[in-house]
Amino acid sequence: MKNFALGAALASASLIAPFTANAATEIQFWHAFTGRLGELVDQQVKDFNASQDQYEVVATNKGNYSETLNAGIAAFRAGEQPDILMVFEVGTATMMAAKGAIKPVYQVMEDAGVEFNPDDYIGAVKGYYTTTDGKMLSLPFNSSTPVLWVNRDMLDEAGVAKDAPLTTWEDVGKVLDQLKASGVDCPMTTAWQSWIQLENLSAYHNVPFASQENGFAGLDAKLEFNGPVQVKHIQTLGDWAKKGEFIYKGRRNEGGADFRAGTCALFTESSAGYAGIKSEAKFNFEVHPLPYWGDVDGAPQNTIIGGASLWVMSGKEDSHYKGVAEFLSYLSSPEVQAKWHQDTGYLPITKAAADLTREQGFYDANPGTDVAVKQMTANAPTENSKGIRLGNFDQIRGIIDEELEAVWAGDKTAQDALDNAVERGNQLLRRFEQANR
Amino acid sequence: MEKRVTFKGWLLPMLLLAPQLIVSGVFFFYPAGEAVWQSLFIPDPFGLSMQYVGLGNFEYLFNDPYYRASFVTTAVFSTLVTLVSMIPALFLAVLADRLVKGAGTYRTLLIWPYAVAPAVAGVLWLFMFNTRIGVVAFYLNQMGYDWNHVLNEHEAMGLVVVASAWGRISYNFLFYFAALQAVPKSVIEAAAIDGARFWRRFFTIVLPLLSPTTFFLLVVNIVYAFFETFGVIHTITSGGPQQATTILVYKVYADGFVGQDLGSSAAQSVVLLVVVGFLTVLQFKFVEKRVHY
Repeated sequence: MKNFALGAALASASLIAPFTANAATEIQFWHAFTGRLGELVDQQVKDFNASQDQYEVVATNKGNYSETLNAGIAAFRAGEQPDILMVFEVGTATMMAAKGAIKPVYQVMEDAGVEFNPDDYIGAVKGYYTTTDGKMLSLPFNSSTPVLWVNRDMLDEAGVAKDAPLTTWEDVGKVLDQLKASGVDCPMTTAWQSWIQLENLSAYHNVPFASQENGFAGLDAKLEFNGPVQVKHIQTLGDWAKKGEFIYKGRRNEGGADFRAGTCALFTESSAGYAGIKSEAKFNFEVHPLPYWGDVDGAPQNTIIGGASLWVMSGKEDSHYKGVAEFLSYLSSPEVQAKWHQDTGYLPITKAAADLTREQGFYDANPGTDVAVKQMTANAPTENSKGIRLGNFDQIRGIIDEELEAVWAGDKTAQDALDNAVERGNQLLRRFEQANR
Repeated sequence: MEKRVTFKGWLLPMLLLAPQLIVSGVFFFYPAGEAVWQSLFIPDPFGLSMQYVGLGNFEYLFNDPYYRASFVTTAVFSTLVTLVSMIPALFLAVLADRLVKGAGTYRTLLIWPYAVAPAVAGVLWLFMFNTRIGVVAFYLNQMGYDWNHVLNEHEAMGLVVVASAWGRISYNFLFYFAALQAVPKSVIEAAAIDGARFWRRFFTIVLPLLSPTTFFLLVVNIVYAFFETFGVIHTITSGGPQQATTILVYKVYADGFVGQDLGSSAAQSVVLLVVVGFLTVLQFKFVEKRVHY
């Protein structure tokens, strides 16, 4: 018993020690990463803390993306907000509209006198998180873009020629017929259907997803993803679903497990699927650029990102913001970013990090890992391809999921489903406009 | 003359009532009042500004065909959960009541599932019916049935109903079992002597004598199906496919916590409160009349 008490006393003393021994300012950082990604973030934080003694960054996982955003919002309402909050790209409009709750990153950097140039960032990444006049509001952190993952062994078995193209959806259709004919149960599946098959599809073909530059230019944006390109694409997928060539696995990335287990041949998923596929797949896999429709003018434009950025919350002391600026600057340094990119398959968000990765010979050693970077940076983003900024977007995605499920189940035509999704989504946009008037 | 014991003064009775009043006040009246208040506004998520909209949130809700459809979904879901959890429970209780040997073991085993939390139960059933690795889905497939609750609305509804009702069977079993033991043996023996067979005795004597228990379980199970099945739905279907399993309480969560639409979410909570209050009053007024204590 005595020993226990002594041990407890020592343990609690050692817990308190780091905070009392030095007067480092504590910076709270809430993120949404668990597992391998969580470890990598912890390592970044540890390295930063070791590199200086003025600030102590404390990283805490707050659940998945939605839960982290909720935790941040609830904490803000209670006056207990963290200094830095990770928010997924879908929450961007919500954060931007909350002017009193955030401190824009460009301002944090300016006030702290830390050198910061938004132009260092890859255009499509930067565009998502900057205002229309070029001011960066949050720091891009993990960004990915959808690509086509291919199980080469399954294609070989089905007798698909090694050089059979997978560039356009027309090409993909032929390969799917071949796979199906040879008895493959799951020729193709997808993750994140709204993000890949509608949001990215629109950007990639340079057609609007919503009016007002996809919502960048104003809260009065209206959804426009029921145009001919989108309808054709969704209808084709619906037809493939009927033929058993496109298999729907779920709203998130449920299909990932099927692809990694070697049961699905083609899989449209984020480039950040790389880490998981590389460690689990027991077959030869390839990364191809996301296919596009060959008969659409202007395609392929560029794809857009998914992922999260770091928002700085308001209401903290100046000393905190100085530390935040230092930390953010550290995170976006080429070395840290290049390592993050190579470990995870997320994009290198700065040009310097991409260059560094190339110099280090990573792309030569791991063919296909630069597909996503090239696909995103091929063209300068247009109004339709710099991103999407809509309020209530998480809910709108939910509506799109529901309507697409109706197409996959054969209950609705693509035109009906998309018209309906647009109408229902627009109501949510008007509500958001009203709440943030 | 009725004999009444009354307190002298107010202090002691108030003191005795205080714990219950405080608990109800803090955990029911305050949050419920707050929900009613919030339902009149469209706030932004961070609480920085609020737009007063009067009954606008309710108007928005009832103009939404998907919200109205959610009532039907909820009605179907709670009816099914109540039936699927009560009928097998009664059946098992009758069988367990007739056991001569090993009754204790059976009883214990039948009560076990009640210890499983809804979210965990959801994951368990999801694993069994998972289209890729699920044991049950696999055997169904072998038998030529293509199970896919990810796209088939009826299969999704069936799965969440069974997963919700499963643990509940134990709870209902417990009450029915206790009630069965309280049925006077003399009445049953008298009927038996008159020549009534088992099922006849069951329907004419036992079942009516169980009616207070049945009524109690009816109320409790409907409330359960309305509010506590959230975990099951969240883990198995997240309300899909399309909106096949979006019950009212799941929509409160989805709109409030995923969609940050606190005004609509508050209005939905108020509607739910009214619906459940109404149902309970209805049950006590009409169903209870047919209950023999």
